[in-house]
Amino acid sequence: MSASVVKSRGRAGASLRFGAALVALLVGAAALSLVWTPYPAAAIDVPHRLLEPSWAHWLGTDSLGHDVASQILAGAQVSILVGLIAVGIGLVFGVALGLVAAAAKGIVEDAIMKFCDFTFAFPALLSAIMLTATYGAGVVNAIVAIGVYNVPIFAKLTRATANGVLAREFVLAARAAGRGPLAIALDHVLPNVAPALIVQATIQFAIAILAEAALSYLGLGAQPPQASWGRMLADAQNWMYVAPRLAVFPGVAVALSVLGLNLLGDGLRDALDPRLRARR
Amino acid sequence: MLLEISDLAIDLPSRAAARRVVHDVAFSLEAGESLGVVGESGSGKTMTALALMGLLPEGAVVSGAIRFEGRDLTRLDEAEMRKLRGDRLAMIFQEPMSALNPLHRIGAQVAEPLVLHRGMTKAAAWAEAVRLLDRVRLRDPERIARSYPFALSGGERQRAMIAMALSCAPKLIIADEPTTALDVTVQAKILDLLASLSERSNMAMLLVSHDLAVIARHCRRVLVMYGGTIMESGPVDAVLRRARHPYTRALLEARPRPGAPRGERLRAIAGAAPSSAEAPVGCPFAGRCPLTLDVCRAAPLPTIEFEAAHRVRCLRIDAEGRLT
Amino acid sequence: MFAYAFQRLLVLAATLIFASLAVFGVLEILPGNAAETMLGASATPEAVAALAHKLGLDQPMAVRYWSWISGALRGDFGLSYAYDSPIGPIIAQRLAVSAPLALLSMGIAGAVALVAGVYSAERRGRAGDAAVMAASQVGLAVPNFWFGILLVLIFAVHWRLAPAGGFPGWDEGTLRALGALILPAISLGLVQAAILTRVTRSALLEALNEDFIRTARAKGLSRRATLWRHALPNAMTPILTIMGLQFANLIAGAIVVENVFVLPGLGRLIVQSIANRDALVVEDCVMLLAAFVIGLNFFVDLACAAIDPRLRAHAQ
Repeated sequence: MSASVVKSRGRAGASLRFGAALVALLVGAAALSLVWTPYPAAAIDVPHRLLEPSWAHWLGTDSLGHDVASQILAGAQVSILVGLIAVGIGLVFGVALGLVAAAAKGIVEDAIMKFCDFTFAFPALLSAIMLTATYGAGVVNAIVAIGVYNVPIFAKLTRATANGVLAREFVLAARAAGRGPLAIALDHVLPNVAPALIVQATIQFAIAILAEAALSYLGLGAQPPQASWGRMLADAQNWMYVAPRLAVFPGVAVALSVLGLNLLGDGLRDALDPRLRARR
Repeated sequence: MLLEISDLAIDLPSRAAARRVVHDVAFSLEAGESLGVVGESGSGKTMTALALMGLLPEGAVVSGAIRFEGRDLTRLDEAEMRKLRGDRLAMIFQEPMSALNPLHRIGAQVAEPLVLHRGMTKAAAWAEAVRLLDRVRLRDPERIARSYPFALSGGERQRAMIAMALSCAPKLIIADEPTTALDVTVQAKILDLLASLSERSNMAMLLVSHDLAVIARHCRRVLVMYGGTIMESGPVDAVLRRARHPYTRALLEARPRPGAPRGERLRAIAGAAPSSAEAPVGCPFAGRCPLTLDVCRAAPLPTIEFEAAHRVRCLRIDAEGRLT
Repeated sequence: MFAYAFQRLLVLAATLIFASLAVFGVLEILPGNAAETMLGASATPEAVAALAHKLGLDQPMAVRYWSWISGALRGDFGLSYAYDSPIGPIIAQRLAVSAPLALLSMGIAGAVALVAGVYSAERRGRAGDAAVMAASQVGLAVPNFWFGILLVLIFAVHWRLAPAGGFPGWDEGTLRALGALILPAISLGLVQAAILTRVTRSALLEALNEDFIRTARAKGLSRRATLWRHALPNAMTPILTIMGLQFANLIAGAIVVENVFVLPGLGRLIVQSIANRDALVVEDCVMLLAAFVIGLNFFVDLACAAIDPRLRAHAQ
């Protein structure tokens, strides 16, 4: 094996491990917060507002006396929820759309792809804002908006890989043997698209978390009493001169989650790269 | 003597330890002389050529001496080497399709060495570039100069590369498989062009090729390389007619013979070229050579000059050129 | 070049039309009575009907679309429900903040990416490269609005070097106005810089692998000259293309960042209009942003064709 392949495998391994660790932290925080947080995340305790970090409140309290540490833990729930469902929507509908495009070919395929290209001019945040403009703020609308934005991305990816797979001989053989399109899709296309989809899914998950944070910051995402990192940052901004530390923790939470997902995606991409696999 | 190489060895970095891709190479070249280097892939011929230019990949280690115009190139630093490249020494490469920058006009690319080494203005260099394109027998050189590489054919691009290489009237031009990527009909023309240009300007030429026929037509002397070292060298006629080294003879025999009866099998050389990971102890051809003896794998290769300027490196050839 | 530009112009026009249809569609065709949403659930049916009539919502869709588009092309963007005044001048005012912000931001990102990308490519595989790559990973992960808040904390609250927000207007002096834009531009540009650095690096590495690089070195060019004169121009096409594609994300980010820094730009207008249930304003703003992005990509295409002669030839 050439030296550069070995080195990139090593780097990929570190990427994968570090990313997986951060993602595990995120998931762990969310899971933990479902059963236990130091204080109830939504509990207001005005006499104890704006406290510095201490043994009683590990990260201090905010302007209404919420325990910051509890809110950070609970905020992970929203992030994961939004990410999972938005990516899920994108995967289900996007892969279906991509398969349809690849199978239909011709004008239909072109039209679908042109449409997808076109939607890239409208980033997740913009479509989410437009949707909340029509339907009102809330986490559900945010999820749907971000999810819809994911559909063309997965559709394009699926179609590209599907085209490559469908052109290969073993698929032609399967069709000659009379296997239906659904069977071919499941047996041949999906296993080949899966690695790229997985990698893209982690990237879209990260984007979903960022979009949700931005929406919550603008007040258009998760509403109280559900804790959300974006909203925490909006609150913190009002108290910048008094308690600047409030602006640090939620942002770190978002950054670490996104970093973890990106690293995981990079690591998975290198690990699943057929070129590197073949040389093993 | 324009070029004198002695004891040349090249090590390339690799994962485990350095690989010695060229060892024990020595030859010389007079001004205006044409020398061919023939060998298969992995024989070290391209590495030797790159070593002359100082363009080996990062981490490569060169030992030995490369005396060019009296200076040892291996002792020069990068800045001094840069002054020579394109000016006293030039190189043309195998793939004319990709060897030219697709975004620059031909004229600008041919003119670049002139601006760099002769300090010419862009306008003056451009005019000279057009003259050079004419010298390499390109039709309508003005239009070619204004064109971009994608608009030219392979043969035209290679001519442009030659014009580029000749721009500063180098004393030595190294051509690494200059025609391998071209159509057969174009190949001969390009090689003739190279030969005539080098003759006219008393420019020495080092022609690297895997094709014996090409070397035979255009070179005065030839080196046969295998496994990173020289197996046989001498005047082209002598080597072709009185080859002594088993590898050279196998190469000659492996050529398709025009006029041979149909269905006659080509004679291939059994076995495979050594990967340079295997340490070169003894003769690299040992094992593949039909005349291998145990001593071939162990003893260092001698250099036997059995007739005028005709040298062979084989443990089984004696001083008269006979098989022992 | 002319043929290529003309082709791209046609694509531009078609895309703009599609964009307008999409924006119109999303905000007008989706179920949900806009007038009802505006007035709230407790409004009487008569009030809703009256508002619907006033806003022209009871007219057929095609008519509404046409009157919107033809109005916009004439410069008449309709009336804002919340401000009860023509939308056109409002947008123009806001554009005077958002457009410079976006351009400044992309400019900063591009400059940083060029330097970092070249640095990284030159030192491939070594510590410098790893450092830049790690930094870009962090840059990708940091939310732009949080970065903005941090910048405000450091430069405005702690050191009092820059304003914490607000925009003095261009009349007060260009330098002061730019000073108010610099922190927002940096926070917007961070993510873009990270993305573009990676793109620059990989495009450069690919270009450096090409055969013509070896030719350039054989001519006597230094490594540095080879990189700048031969490799970089060849890397520009993918870099510029991605820059153009990223602009949409930049604009979206600007919406949030304008809120962080309380800049009276299009972004804040959109968010405020959502709160005010001023659908027409949102529609106009989104359309304008889309037009800006599409127009910009058109210029990116032209720039790429200016650099790469093969693109120009392909058009003919």
